[in-house]
Amino acid sequence: MIQEETFDVTVIGAGAAGLAAAAVTAAAGKTTIVIDREDRPGGILRQCIHNGFGLRYFKEELTGPEYAEQAAEKAEKAGANLRLGATVLDMKKEPDGTLLLLVLSPGDGVRKIRSLAVILAMGCRERNRGNLAIPGSRPAGVFTAGAAQKLLNMEGILPGKKAVIVGSGDIGLIMARRLRWSGIKVEAVVEIMPYPAGLTRNIVQCLNDFGIPLYLEHSVVNILGRERVEGVEVAPLKDGIPQTERKFHIDCDTVLFSVGLIPENELSSSVGVALNPSTGGPLVDSGYETGVPGIFAAGNVLHVHDLVDFVSEEAEHAAQMVIRRLNGETAPGGTFPVKVESNLKYVVPNRCRNGQDTRFAFRSLIVTNDAELEAEQNGKIIWKRHYNYIRPAEMIIVDLKAEQLKEEGELTFRLKKGEKI
Amino acid sequence: MKKELICIRCPIGCRLSAEWKGDFEELNISGNRCPRGAEYAKQELRDPRRIVTAVVPCNSVLQPCIPVRTDRELPKHLIDRLLNILYRSRVEIPVRKGDIFIENFENSNANVIFSSTITR
Ligand SMILES: Cc1cc2nc3c(=O)[nH]c(=O)nc-3n(C[C@H](O)[C@H](O)[C@H](O)COP(=O)(O)OP(=O)(O)OC[C@H]3O[C@@H](n4cnc5c(N)ncnc54)[C@H](O)[C@@H]3O)c2cc1C
Ligand code: SF4
Repeated sequence: MIQEETFDVTVIGAGAAGLAAAAVTAAAGKTTIVIDREDRPGGILRQCIHNGFGLRYFKEELTGPEYAEQAAEKAEKAGANLRLGATVLDMKKEPDGTLLLLVLSPGDGVRKIRSLAVILAMGCRERNRGNLAIPGSRPAGVFTAGAAQKLLNMEGILPGKKAVIVGSGDIGLIMARRLRWSGIKVEAVVEIMPYPAGLTRNIVQCLNDFGIPLYLEHSVVNILGRERVEGVEVAPLKDGIPQTERKFHIDCDTVLFSVGLIPENELSSSVGVALNPSTGGPLVDSGYETGVPGIFAAGNVLHVHDLVDFVSEEAEHAAQMVIRRLNGETAPGGTFPVKVESNLKYVVPNRCRNGQDTRFAFRSLIVTNDAELEAEQNGKIIWKRHYNYIRPAEMIIVDLKAEQLKEEGELTFRLKKGEKI
Repeated sequence: MKKELICIRCPIGCRLSAEWKGDFEELNISGNRCPRGAEYAKQELRDPRRIVTAVVPCNSVLQPCIPVRTDRELPKHLIDRLLNILYRSRVEIPVRKGDIFIENFENSNANVIFSSTITR
């Protein structure tokens, strides 16, 4: 017989999202278990040893490991059980409405965990070179930026001596500085877009501080070397097409790919949670509940965040909704769809309830210093705000009050570009 | 003298332009959207500083190295010297988050502290 345990709430993942959610449900007296396959809590934060976390949530500037430790302490103090070194293999909805998880850990073998609500907090994983089409053989020395970060920051292993970084997202930029500070040369950062994907401050402190060149509108067209990387060929792009006649060679033994993150949702899909193609995460309502009643989602599993503070806040909000659900409090009002158009990539949540405070999160498709974000419902503009700084790298957060969401009817957000650039 | 800078105190990243005479006399800063930008430029021109983070090998059974950080910004010219010392060090556990590893590095007023608790 497989042993079975029962909790009110099961949280899958002990990263920033899972820990924040568990702290809230446990503090409200709901028996809560947080399951993570790693041996220590914190998720991706543990490998992000740089500072720049927590100014909002903990009111001080922390490194990733410090944030992780504080978040874990908060969850444990509230009474949440942390089950580490345990992987959730499978999840099912039982006929009585409870959720049954199959969990594997080296110590306990396979166990069943049954609960009334599940919060998905599995984070995201990196896209790798397999998802891109770059020719060349597959020599040693090619890493995703996150894998190199883990190697360097957690194992203390240097990935090489001379590196080229592909993609200018924040992880790649942070890694450029990390490599330089570890005595590794960084020859270049190569970005296909005409503007950097990461924050300007990271361009300054991670590239400019060290004189590392950033090639915008360039692409790596070839990785050279048989056993080990020996160099890359880089070409400028024109209308998105590499100008191979203008390609040039950069010597290196290491190539890092920093080309984006995808929410980790195999488990969610297996239980029938519908995903949003624009985020890769579950479709949710304003209570962060997915299409399967009782299953909620928060953090990078829902959509990729750039600031951990927003991850923790989102998870707390989801946990509040779980508590209301478990207490049998039914929300007033009806639900209606939320949509985005012009210049916005996505919105979370995808359904909303009238008469309820709601946080909306967006990603822009454009770079602009003059834009207006507006919300239209039933033919009326119900809200708008001007922005003088919009970047795809930075999430836009809008909190609307219950009074602003009085009516029912499809809600559409659009981002209108102003005159200035 | 004239110099263009980018403020790194917040994600907006204002483009600043600084003008001065002689030894930073009559320093005039423009382009900042808030007073912190002017403060940043003054500091950056005279004495640029950064928080430094790194990992140091340790004798834990759980992980081969432990993350450390400076508890305040360190003058840039001291960074390489600090890193060289850190990479040649070894930490004996147990240590707690916030414990001081190196005190007042080269009279900079910055301590190196542990970013993580490791007890075994
Ligand atoms: C390299 C990098 C740099 C960043 N820099 C900054 C920064 O400077 N400032 C900032 O504010 N934010 C930064 N962020 C963003 C922020 O750190 C993350 O968005 C946040 O930590 C994500 O938290 P999470 O809980 O959603 O996911 P994660 O931290 O990824 O946690 C998910 C957890 O779920 C576990 N898990 C997954 N599937 C299973 C399963 N089936 N069974 C058991 N466990 C499972 C995983 O082991 C993991 O521990 C950075 C992110 C990255 C990747
Ligand atoms: S000047 Fe102010 S607004 Fe501009 S980047 Fe600096 S801190 Fe931010």
